[in-house]
Amino acid sequence: MIRSTGESKVRLIGRRMFIISAAKAVIVLGIVGRLISLQINESKKYKTLSDKNRFREWKFSPPRGLIKDYFGKEIASNKQVYQLHIVPENSENLEVLLFRLKNILELTEKNVSKIRKKINSQKPWDPIIVSDNLTWSEFSRINLFLHELQGAEPVVSVARLYKEPSSAHIIGYVSKASKKDLKTKEYLKNKIAAGTRIGKTGLENTLDSKVIGDVGYKRYEVNAFGKRIREISIDPGKAGENFRTTLDLEVQEISSKLLKGKSGAICVMDIYRGDIISMVSSPVFDPNKFVHGIDGKSWNTLLKNRDKPLINKAIAGLYPPGSTIKTLSAISALENDVYNPKKVIQCKGSIELYGEKFHCWKKKGHGFMDMREAIKQSCDIYFYEVSRLLGIDRLSETAKKFGLGQDVLENLIEERSGVVPNTSWKKKNIGKNWYLGETLHAGIGQGYWQSSPLQLCLMTAQIANGGFKIKPRIILNNNEKDNFDDLNQFIEDKKLFSGDVESLYDFIAKYKYKSLFRNPENIKFVQDALYGATNEPGGTSYGSRLTKDKFVFAGKTGTSQVKRFTAKQRELEVKNEDLPYEDRDHALFVAFAPYKDPRYSISVVIEHGGSGSKSAAPIAKKVIKKVLEKHDLRESIYSKGYIA
Amino acid sequence: MFKTGSIQSHLTLRDKIFSLDPILFFSVLIIGIISMFAMYSTDGGQFAYHTKSHILRFLVFFGLFIVVSFFQSNFWYNSSTIIYLLILILLIFVKYIGLTASGSQRWLDLYFINLQPSELMKIALILFLAKYYHRISTGDVNRTRYLIQPILALIFPVILVITQPDLGTAFLIGVGGIIVIWLSGVKFKFFAYLSIAFIAIAPVAVSFLKPYQKARILTFFDPGRDPLGAGYQITQSKIAIGSGGLFGKGFLNGSQSYLDYLPEKHTDFIFTLFSEEFGFFGSCIILLLYIIITYRLVHIGNIVRDTFGKLYCYSFATAFFTYVAINMGMVLGLVPIVGAPLPILSYGGSSMMAIMIGLGIAMSCKIHKDQTIG
Repeated sequence: MIRSTGESKVRLIGRRMFIISAAKAVIVLGIVGRLISLQINESKKYKTLSDKNRFREWKFSPPRGLIKDYFGKEIASNKQVYQLHIVPENSENLEVLLFRLKNILELTEKNVSKIRKKINSQKPWDPIIVSDNLTWSEFSRINLFLHELQGAEPVVSVARLYKEPSSAHIIGYVSKASKKDLKTKEYLKNKIAAGTRIGKTGLENTLDSKVIGDVGYKRYEVNAFGKRIREISIDPGKAGENFRTTLDLEVQEISSKLLKGKSGAICVMDIYRGDIISMVSSPVFDPNKFVHGIDGKSWNTLLKNRDKPLINKAIAGLYPPGSTIKTLSAISALENDVYNPKKVIQCKGSIELYGEKFHCWKKKGHGFMDMREAIKQSCDIYFYEVSRLLGIDRLSETAKKFGLGQDVLENLIEERSGVVPNTSWKKKNIGKNWYLGETLHAGIGQGYWQSSPLQLCLMTAQIANGGFKIKPRIILNNNEKDNFDDLNQFIEDKKLFSGDVESLYDFIAKYKYKSLFRNPENIKFVQDALYGATNEPGGTSYGSRLTKDKFVFAGKTGTSQVKRFTAKQRELEVKNEDLPYEDRDHALFVAFAPYKDPRYSISVVIEHGGSGSKSAAPIAKKVIKKVLEKHDLRESIYSKGYIA
Repeated sequence: MFKTGSIQSHLTLRDKIFSLDPILFFSVLIIGIISMFAMYSTDGGQFAYHTKSHILRFLVFFGLFIVVSFFQSNFWYNSSTIIYLLILILLIFVKYIGLTASGSQRWLDLYFINLQPSELMKIALILFLAKYYHRISTGDVNRTRYLIQPILALIFPVILVITQPDLGTAFLIGVGGIIVIWLSGVKFKFFAYLSIAFIAIAPVAVSFLKPYQKARILTFFDPGRDPLGAGYQITQSKIAIGSGGLFGKGFLNGSQSYLDYLPEKHTDFIFTLFSEEFGFFGSCIILLLYIIITYRLVHIGNIVRDTFGKLYCYSFATAFFTYVAINMGMVLGLVPIVGAPLPILSYGGSSMMAIMIGLGIAMSCKIHKDQTIG
C-alpha cells in the first residue's frame, strides 16, 4: 500500500484539474459561440445554401411565337421535331452509350468528340442534346433500342420552320445563341435554356425578346448525386407572342419568283398607311438551314456567292438612285421656285459645261424638251440644267424630306441609311470641296448618292399620296391605333381640299401628318409627268404599261451607273450587256398605282440588270397587277379591324 | 489498518444499485435514447439496419456499463496492466490480421462484433497510467527514470494506431495519456519540451501522411480550397448546421442529411444531423448533457479518496470532454476533420463499448469509494 505522500498528491491533482476545468469552460464557450454564429447569425445564408443544394431546375424553352402575314398565313411557324438528349449521370456506361448511338445515328467521329467535350463541360445532370432534328426513321430506331440505351432520352420538341424562302431576308432566321449574344442581349438573361434558338436577323431579331417566350422549368428535389428524388413544381413557361405583319405572302412569293436568277430587291408599300406589303431580296437562302446549325460547306457557299444571298438588298443594298431621283429634282426645283416647268431646252445628246462634257443616255439627243417631257423621256441634259439652277444643297434637303438618307424602319439591324450628298457631307466625309460638275451628276441620281430600294419606295409613296409624310411599318400591333379608321373617307376628303393649299395643310395636320410640299400642284405635276412616262408613247416605261383602267400605273425608270463610261467606250458604242457583269448598270424602277386614286408604291432594283425600262419595269408591272388584284381583299380585312 | 485488497465486496447488490450516481446514469440513458432517434433519422426515417443495430448495441453496452460499475474499483486497479497489455497485443494483431475498410486497417473480426482495439486503448491507457502514478511517490514523478515507462506506454499504441492509419483515434489516445501525466504532476517544463519536439517532428510526420490526410489538414486551414473534394464535408456540414437555425428543420426533415449531402452522417457527423433537425436549442441540450456527464465524472473524482480513482476519473472526464469537443469542433469547422466519433451518439460498436466501460469504471470508483486500493 502506497499512501505515503497521499495528501500532497491529492492537492496537486486537484490543482492541475482546476486548470483543465478552466480550459474546458473556454472550449465550451467556443463551441456555443460557434453554434450561435452558424445557427443564429448566419442562419439565413446557410438556409439559402441548403435550398440550393436541395433543388435543381431543368429549364426548357417554350415554342417561339409565330410570325404571320397580313392574312394570317404563317411565314415563320413551328414544327414538331424529334430530338435525342442524354443525361450523363443516368447512364451507367457513357462510352458504351456513345458507341451505340454512334452506330444507330451514324454519327461521325467529329460529332462524338463534340458531344464528349460538352459532357465534360457541364454538370452530369444537365441534359445534352445529341441531335435536335432526327428523322422519323432515326427516331424510331432509337425507340426500338431504347432499353439498351440507358441515359438516352428521345424527346419530342418544337423547332422553327420557315415554309418558303421568299421572306427569308425580312423575317430573318434563328440559330443558337453565341457567347456574344449572351453578353450583349440583355433580355436573354432569363430566356435561355438548353437548345433555345434566338433571332439573329430580320424580324426574328427585332421581335426576339417577345417572340422567344419565357422559359419553363421543372424543379426537382435532388440528392447529393443529382438523382431526382421528386418533382417539386413545374412551370410550363410562356409561349412566345405571335405577330402579324403587313406582308402579303402571296405577293412575296410572286416577287421572289420574278427575281429568280437575278440579284435585286422589290418593295411594295401602302402609300397612306405605310404598310410594307412586300419586301423581297434575291437570291434567297433557306433560313431553315440555320435552325439546326448550318454546316460549314453551305455557310461558305452562301458567303462566297457573288450575289450575296444573305444580304437583305431591300434595306441593306445601297444603289445610286439614277433617273428615279429626277422626280425629286423636279419637285425640289418647283418648290424652290428656281425653275419654270414650261422652260424648253434642246437636248443634243451631250453638253459642255465647266470644261467637262456631260452626256445624255440617248446619244442622238431628245430634241426640244419641257420638264414634263424630260421626266417622261428621262432626259439627262434637261436635268443637268435643272440641277445646275437648283444647287445640290436644296436638292439634298428635298431628298431627305422625302425619306432618303435615313432608316425607314426601326430596329432592323441590317438596315443601312445610305447617303444623300451635299456640300457639307462631302467636306465632312471626303474632306474635299464640292464641284459644280458633281451637282449635275447628282441631279440625275449618279455620283455619291446611295439609297436602298425601300427608301426609293417610300419616296415614291410620299409623292403618290400627294406629299405628306408617312411612317412605314411592317409589324401590326394590337394596341396601335389605326389613324385610317376610314381611309376611303380620308381620300375623298383630301380631294375636296386639294385645290386650296391652306385647307389641305390643315386637313393633313388634323390627321397629325406632316406636309412635305409648299404647293400641292408641284406634286401633282410630277405625278402627271410619271403618268406620261408609263402611259404615253415615248415614255421610258411605255412598254410595261397596264392598260386596264383600274391597273393603270405611273412610274419612273432609272439606270444607275456602276462605272462611268470612258470616252473610248462611248465612241465604240459599247453595249451594257457586253460589259463584265460587275460593271453593268443597275436597273431601277419606281412606280405608284393605280394612277387615279393611288394606293401603292413599288420599287424594283435589279443589280447589274442593265436599263430600268428593259429589266426592272416589266417585273414591277407584274407585281403591281397582283397587288391591285388583292386590294379589295386587303381592304376588307382593314375594315374588319385586325387581330394579330 | 485493516486488510485490504480483497476482491470480495462487503457491499450487497442492493447497496451497489443505490449508490449508482443517478445523474450520470440518467444523462447517459437520455443521450442513448436521443441517439436512437438520431440514428432513425439517418436511416431516412426507417427502422432500418443502422437503427436496429445501434439500439441493440446501446442496450448491451448500457448493461455492460452497469456490470462494470459493480466490479470493485480494486479489481480494475489490479487488472489495469493486464488489460493494457492485452489490448496492445490486439493492436499488434490488427496490423496483421485486421480487416481493412476505406483504406485503413482497424478492425478485428470477432464474429459477433468487428472490434476496433484502438477505441478500447483510449480507456486502457488511462487505466494503466492511473495505476502507474498511483504507485509512485510525488517525489519520483519528475525523475527522468520514472518518465520513461509512461512515455513508452503512450507512444507504442499511438504509433500503432497512426500506422493503421487512424490519425483521429491516435490523437485521442495520446491526449488521454497526456492528461494523466499532466494531472499526476509532471512539471510544465516537460510538456514544453514535448511540444517543441512535436513541432520539430511535425514536418517529417507530415511527409508520412497519406494524401487524403494532408488534404484534410490543408482543407481545415482553407475550406474553400476544394469545395467538392476535401472541403466538401466541412462545407456541407456547416451548411447543414447553419440552415438548422434556432429551432431546426424538425425531426426527419434535415434535408442536407436526408439527401445524402452529409458524409458519414451515422458516425462522425451525427451531431450535424441532429443540429440541422433540432437547431441551436437541440444542439445546446446535447452539449449540456455532455457537460453534465463530464461534471459528474469530475464530481466522482472529487469524492473518491485514493489517487488511482481520482486520476482515473479526472482523466476520463477530461478525455470524454475532449472526444466531445473534438467531434463538435470538427463538424463546426473549428478543428480539422480527423475522424473522431461523438461518444454514445455516434454509430460504432467499439467506441460505444469503450465509452461505456470507461463510464462503468468511474461509476465503480464511486460505488466503492470507501474501499482502499492497492
